[in-house]
Amino acid sequence: MKNSKKIGNISRRQFLEGTIGLGAAAAGLSGCSAPEREAFFQRHFKELSKDDLVKVVNRLETQYAEDYGKPVHVATTPPIPGVVFGYGLDLSRCIGCRRCVYACVKENNQSRKPPIQYITVLELEADKGLELFESDSYYNPSTVPAKGKIYIPVSCQQCRNPYCVRVCPVKTTWVEPDGIVVIDYNWCIGCRYCMAACPYGARHFNWTKPHIPPEEVVTETHYLGNRPRSQGVVEKCTFCLQRVRKGRYPACVEICPVGARKFGNLLDEESEIRKIIETKRVFILKPELNTQPKFYYFYGI
Amino acid sequence: MKIFKFLGMFVKYFFRGGYAFYAWLAILLALIFFGVVAYFNQLQSGLILTNMRDQVSWGFYIGNFAFLVGVAAAAVLLVIPAYIYNWGPIKEVAVYGEILAICAVSMCLLFVIVDICRPDRFWHLFPFIGNLNFPGSLLAWDVLVLNGYFALNVFIVGYLLYCEFYMIEINKALIYPLIIFSIPMAISIHTVTAYLFNGLSARPFWNSAILTPRFLCSAFCSGPAILLLLFQILQKISSFKIKDEAIFKIAELMAYCMFINLFLLAAEVFKEYYSDSHHVIHLRYLFSGIGDKTSLVPYAWVSVTFSVAAFFLFLFKQTRENYFTLNIGCFFIYFGIYFEKGMGLIVPGFTPTTLGEVYVYVPTKTEVTVGAGIFAIGFLLFTLLCKITMGIYSGELSPEGLDRPVENQPDALPA
Repeated sequence: MKNSKKIGNISRRQFLEGTIGLGAAAAGLSGCSAPEREAFFQRHFKELSKDDLVKVVNRLETQYAEDYGKPVHVATTPPIPGVVFGYGLDLSRCIGCRRCVYACVKENNQSRKPPIQYITVLELEADKGLELFESDSYYNPSTVPAKGKIYIPVSCQQCRNPYCVRVCPVKTTWVEPDGIVVIDYNWCIGCRYCMAACPYGARHFNWTKPHIPPEEVVTETHYLGNRPRSQGVVEKCTFCLQRVRKGRYPACVEICPVGARKFGNLLDEESEIRKIIETKRVFILKPELNTQPKFYYFYGI
Repeated sequence: MKIFKFLGMFVKYFFRGGYAFYAWLAILLALIFFGVVAYFNQLQSGLILTNMRDQVSWGFYIGNFAFLVGVAAAAVLLVIPAYIYNWGPIKEVAVYGEILAICAVSMCLLFVIVDICRPDRFWHLFPFIGNLNFPGSLLAWDVLVLNGYFALNVFIVGYLLYCEFYMIEINKALIYPLIIFSIPMAISIHTVTAYLFNGLSARPFWNSAILTPRFLCSAFCSGPAILLLLFQILQKISSFKIKDEAIFKIAELMAYCMFINLFLLAAEVFKEYYSDSHHVIHLRYLFSGIGDKTSLVPYAWVSVTFSVAAFFLFLFKQTRENYFTLNIGCFFIYFGIYFEKGMGLIVPGFTPTTLGEVYVYVPTKTEVTVGAGIFAIGFLLFTLLCKITMGIYSGELSPEGLDRPVENQPDALPA
């Protein structure tokens, strides 16, 4: 009964609108437009009824159409039952070309100015092993791979025991049943505690209003995925939730020119990711922190 | 309508003062004005106006927050020795300690508000109305204990002043348990704030069990340092009297706390440098910099130097019981701890990042202006509350109006 928490005889929503309404009126919110007021009162994604969700999506679509001058569709596709997504990355193939980074930026409507990138490709000295503290993420040789270097792309590790979810003071980030750690961008207060908590630098903040050239906006979006974000909220990789819940691959998997990126259902014994876990020897980043990622690294060759 | 008459009287009393007082108010108001303007710019353009970025996602604001939580906590802790050692006007010591706590907590809350990029969604943090992640998030704990502590202190101060104003006998059975309760509350706000950082295993600089005891020890120095200066000022300009031994006793206790603080720092430094694992890199960034990135190094060494100097000043009787050297010690402690908890705690925790990047964070003009504005609001509130308190305790403010002839000075309560 998560949509009908009652306080006495009135619903939580009525209670909220009553109490907050007084303060808001005083604060001059009464002068705001109806959509602004609705946005202010919008509840947490998991507490929205079906009707509320439709209203919210309509409001967002109207706003995006105004902002970018073209229709943007905001889906709310639920997780597929019996699916938990897992990711594999073949370090012996990765050449550090950063095509995944740019494909990700485009697909997920990340801000171009200032730039936000969900994937950080680290360049390491080959003879030092996987030593993240000696890494360089600003490498810029004329051709990759550079001699004596290895590359390791890092993005959200989609932990089973995520710090970011534990520390969020308003539960705006959580693990979906299909294993994807998501954020309700309309509930985030921008405190950035999750960014301090994440051991992988996976979370990124909209320090100002994100800018995307309207012609580059991807219009097939998901509420918890790649819809355009606002100033002052945290965002991160969602395994391209808008794609994978419809049976497509994430953009980074599709673009990778060397086939280093693998993706699939961890609950399906025949999936590629399960085959990799069984036949290769996979490892995870920072295992001592007990974050239990669903993002596996391996050496395929 | 009586209430308006009283308010009018309070306001009139507050604005009584010489040129120095008006100059002080003018400075504070100017700082507040610039702070508010800077904050509205930041609200408009976003935190891009600060130098915080994904690499160092908390900075000057949260550093000040951590420092001021310590001040708020330690001010109230003075109440216990005041009570045990019978320092004369325990009631007044308690009132001024709690006034300082009220102002420090207000500043803490303001620093959190300016650090949060979506204050319009602040209500999401309200229990029952929003969606507070309690007990999972330490930030949720902090919201609860800070506000609880704030309310407790406002009630105690309000009640004591109300009784004094109307010359009503205070209900000791009600107020003393509350004053005593404010002491574990003071420890808890600081403990919870330390845990906020301490619990993050992604940040080895904070993820050390010694962090919380260090927080408390340094707070026991910085809070009393402010109160010692305040008590001396109050003695000069009001009827408030505190025994000299009391001041010297506080200074002695501060010396012990500073010793433990320095000892714990040494323990931390030994463990990190001798084991020489990757984790030492954060301390190294603080004390010697990484490559040419040394922006924190001066702060770190000034902090250590001030702290050690203050320890010796407060350790020896000759310097402890000389008001000149005592006040230098207070100044050293204040700035030593301010640098340690302000810049020295937050920034090295983030530098290098979890992926090894060294991003040099230095606060921008916006951050410093907003911060100065918040400090000015805190000082203004403090001036206001202290002045009203002084007026009430001296009998100049009373239900009969301003400047009632003083007949019976309020007696010091037996402790």
